[in-house]
Amino acid sequence: MESLSNKKKVLEQKPLNLAERMYLPAIARGLGTTISHFFKKSATIRYPEQQREFSLNWRGMHSLKRDEQGRERCTACGLCALSCPAEAITMIAAERKNDEKHLYREEKYASVYEINMLRCIFCGLCEEACPKEAIYLDGPIVPADYLRKDFIYGKDKLVEGPLDK
Amino acid sequence: MDINFVIEKFVLITILFAISLLIAMYSTYAERKVAAFLQDRLGPDRAGPFGILQPLADGVKMFMKEEIIPANANKWLFMVGPGLAMLCACIGTAVIPWGQDMVIGDRVIPLQVTDINVGLLYIFGVISLGVYGVMIGGWASNNKYSLLSAIRAASQNISYEIAMGLSIIALLLVSNSLSLKEIVEQQHGFNWNFWYQPLGFLIFMVCAFAETNRAPFDLPECEAELNGGYHMEYSSMKLGFYLFAEYINMFVSSTVMAALYFGGYNYPGMDYIAAQWGPTWAPLFGTFIFFMKIFAFIFFFMWVRWTIPRFRYDQLMNLGWKTLIPLAIANIIVTGIVIALTNNF
Repeated sequence: MESLSNKKKVLEQKPLNLAERMYLPAIARGLGTTISHFFKKSATIRYPEQQREFSLNWRGMHSLKRDEQGRERCTACGLCALSCPAEAITMIAAERKNDEKHLYREEKYASVYEINMLRCIFCGLCEEACPKEAIYLDGPIVPADYLRKDFIYGKDKLVEGPLDK
Repeated sequence: MDINFVIEKFVLITILFAISLLIAMYSTYAERKVAAFLQDRLGPDRAGPFGILQPLADGVKMFMKEEIIPANANKWLFMVGPGLAMLCACIGTAVIPWGQDMVIGDRVIPLQVTDINVGLLYIFGVISLGVYGVMIGGWASNNKYSLLSAIRAASQNISYEIAMGLSIIALLLVSNSLSLKEIVEQQHGFNWNFWYQPLGFLIFMVCAFAETNRAPFDLPECEAELNGGYHMEYSSMKLGFYLFAEYINMFVSSTVMAALYFGGYNYPGMDYIAAQWGPTWAPLFGTFIFFMKIFAFIFFFMWVRWTIPRFRYDQLMNLGWKTLIPLAIANIIVTGIVIALTNNF
């Protein structure tokens, strides 16, 4: 059929000439190509010791943030759990006592906060939903583990360290 | 025959056996490293510094694996297969001259297990016996892929042995001897057979690739078509033996190529070294040079493996029967004519 664009090129397959039929020049060229790679720098990153730099919008493990005075920002409103498409987040809210004012910023806080890392799809919707800027997915890669129960991360793993440290 | 002779030979055989196994072991490591470097990777580097203990880890893994013999396999032949492959691979080194005669005190120690006058034929016999290990293993597995692979291996080896034998005949015309010791001695200094038989060497090398089932002639064990081929049903150290035998075969082939065409332990300036170092250490340096040549060939085997894709079966047969055999015959004729002319005029 006639080509409308007129861009089509018909390739002509010529019979091989003597040098091509001998294969040897082509093989020598191929060997040259492979040996040139022998001296190139390898692209390998030795993972546990050496880590690739994450991009700016990388979403990794969650961390629960503290405010300037080192108090937990989370007020256990549950918006993150509600927004989570994978239903990975659960929490139990508790009322702040008078002597805990230095620990929690709001009057209500999460006494238990759990994220199931096997369910989590790292979409970042919890981050977007949070009105208190309490949760961010700015951590490293979530490590592998052997048991399912060990993938349920509680506050011990999620809350970022005290500010003075 | 005195007791020293027995001890001498025993030590030599033990060393050779150990070296063969060690080289086979580290060929697996080298193969992975070379493959990695040619593909811009690093290769195994976790076990020990630079992954140098990787072959030991692999060996331990092989031994620890469960041994499975298929229910319908011929049990006896199933066990003979890998043993035969290993045996044929290991006995090839017996006739290789590893160095000039070494003089310690007033004793002359030949660095060769035995200098039989048909050494070359012996090597050929051993190499062609090697295919029986593959054949028997493939047949005894009672598996169609294994059998297909065994048939491929047999037909491929037989086809390429012809061209290999013919290329050797031209070499024999030049050297006038079947004894490996004499052939190597004739290549004193830089007078290597390669300069007289470049085409013969090329044919021999291509055939050696085919005989050792190495890429691009690794049809008997292609993963994509035959699920690994003749050793598909094998597990544990039986599989290990097959893989090991292949690497020893590669070592022996490299050795034969280095000895026949690249002067074995001969190197330019060897007389000067011999005068300087005396008759005890100079032969050992020759042996060292020999091993460097062997390693270069082993590297070349690996280099080719990661460069050239596998042949199709009909291409393989075409190359063997329609190209290499006529070329080898032409090589014999030309060599014969040249020798007749130079001897008579």
